[in-house]
Amino acid sequence: MLEISNLTHTYGSGPSAHNALGGIDLTVAEGELVCIVGPSGCGKSTLLRSIAGLLRPTGGQVVLNGSPVEQTPDNLAVVFQDYSRSLFPWMSVADNVSLPLRRKGMDKKQRKEAALEALEQVGLEGAGAKYPWQLSGGMQQRVSIARALAYRPALLLMDEPFGSVDAQTREELEDLTLRVRGHHNMTIVLITHDIDESVYVGDRVVVLSKAPAGIVGDLRVDLPGPRDQITTREHPDFVHLRAEVGRLVRGMRSQPASASQ
Amino acid sequence: MIGRRLLDSKPLCGALGAAGLFCVLEATGRTGLISPIVFPLASTVLGRAVELATDADFLLDVVSTLGAWALGLLLTVVIAVPAGFVLGTLPRAETALRPILEFLRPIPSLALIPLALALFSDKFDMKITLIVYAATWPVLMNTLYGLKDVDPLAKETLRSFGFGPLSVLWRVSLPSTAPFVATGVRLASAIALIVAISVELLAGGSDGIGVFLIEVGGSPDAMVYIIATAIWAGVIGLVSDSLFVLAERRIFRWHTARTEVV
Repeated sequence: MLEISNLTHTYGSGPSAHNALGGIDLTVAEGELVCIVGPSGCGKSTLLRSIAGLLRPTGGQVVLNGSPVEQTPDNLAVVFQDYSRSLFPWMSVADNVSLPLRRKGMDKKQRKEAALEALEQVGLEGAGAKYPWQLSGGMQQRVSIARALAYRPALLLMDEPFGSVDAQTREELEDLTLRVRGHHNMTIVLITHDIDESVYVGDRVVVLSKAPAGIVGDLRVDLPGPRDQITTREHPDFVHLRAEVGRLVRGMRSQPASASQ
Repeated sequence: MIGRRLLDSKPLCGALGAAGLFCVLEATGRTGLISPIVFPLASTVLGRAVELATDADFLLDVVSTLGAWALGLLLTVVIAVPAGFVLGTLPRAETALRPILEFLRPIPSLALIPLALALFSDKFDMKITLIVYAATWPVLMNTLYGLKDVDPLAKETLRSFGFGPLSVLWRVSLPSTAPFVATGVRLASAIALIVAISVELLAGGSDGIGVFLIEVGGSPDAMVYIIATAIWAGVIGLVSDSLFVLAERRIFRWHTARTEVV
């Protein structure tokens, strides 16, 4: 459903130009949860912004459900890392969640119902009348996730979604993401710099090199489901995979007898 | 203990300060340190101020000044806020007009009275024009500043859901800028009052607090009248400012609550 071919992007021009993406080819199948992991500053966010149509890449193409992405596509939602800036403080939680639904031509009542349903899915029933800044960080990120869920996007992009919450909350939100992914047959692309997280959450882990980013690894994660924070993380395959991803992120050659296919 | 608690209340503490000053002034007059002939007794002035509150002529002048003030402020908002949004969203326009704005801004509006007298035959029109001129600056500048402060990620979030530039302006930039505009209007309201009274005083006219000051200037106890009137001008300014602060806190609770946390 998502096809990226030979995607390149350069910021600026001349001697100060920064080449962020160096020819990315990636295909994501419908219903897949792909984690993109790479060293910080490698161009992960540039890639995500290109997919979301927030940035016009200097070369290559992104095709979503058969049509090339030129502006922000209709059937896509983004969860950003910085929830406190991404949620609107002048609106209640429920209004924040229902605002994007205006694009779907839903009337007020339908929007409200959809918002309440999405809030329930993320475990925030009853918080609709509150304001984002009255909630904890983890709860605010749940609101962002609810906003994306209510929109029922074909593709959900998550940019370091759990990067600003504490470890405990991070685990809760990882499990929440795994729980809601099946709801609307969503395809999810999650960007992270956390190697463990990429293996724990993903069906597939795509490893990017340092800028200009290129794909240096594409590993299928075949872990027994449903995933569990304790048992999955002690599973030998998990341990293998995270070592493999770690090596790739650090720019080492992969071991011949690795868990990758 | 009770005394300490009384001082914890800000308005009460402020009232205590005012009462203290009153006592000191009264004492300097009573003891002959400053002769009441040179400077009236504080109690005399305060008594006159109370009398003025029921003086029909004075009240009509207050209403007239407040009317000009309100109309001037309203016109300012109608002009300065859209102008700020146009300049703030069109960087080229701002770059082109910035030098002119920076040149006009420091010109005191009272220095424009001679020009305004030549341009306007009607004193009321002249007063409103000068109020709008002076009050526009804080509103315009705060609108521009607020627009620059709009979080790019907030705009990007709405954009990522497929909203166009106008929707982003309406749904993100406008609400996000509103608290800054409100502060600008509050600052402008103080300026508008000062300009209104000053123009009345310098250019004359048929009514207004400034005109009242000119009229009582000829009476034998002019000093008492002038100070009592000044007290009322101060009270009006203080009350309007407090009301604006109160309204800002209520309407933009999300803004204060957030900035207090950060």
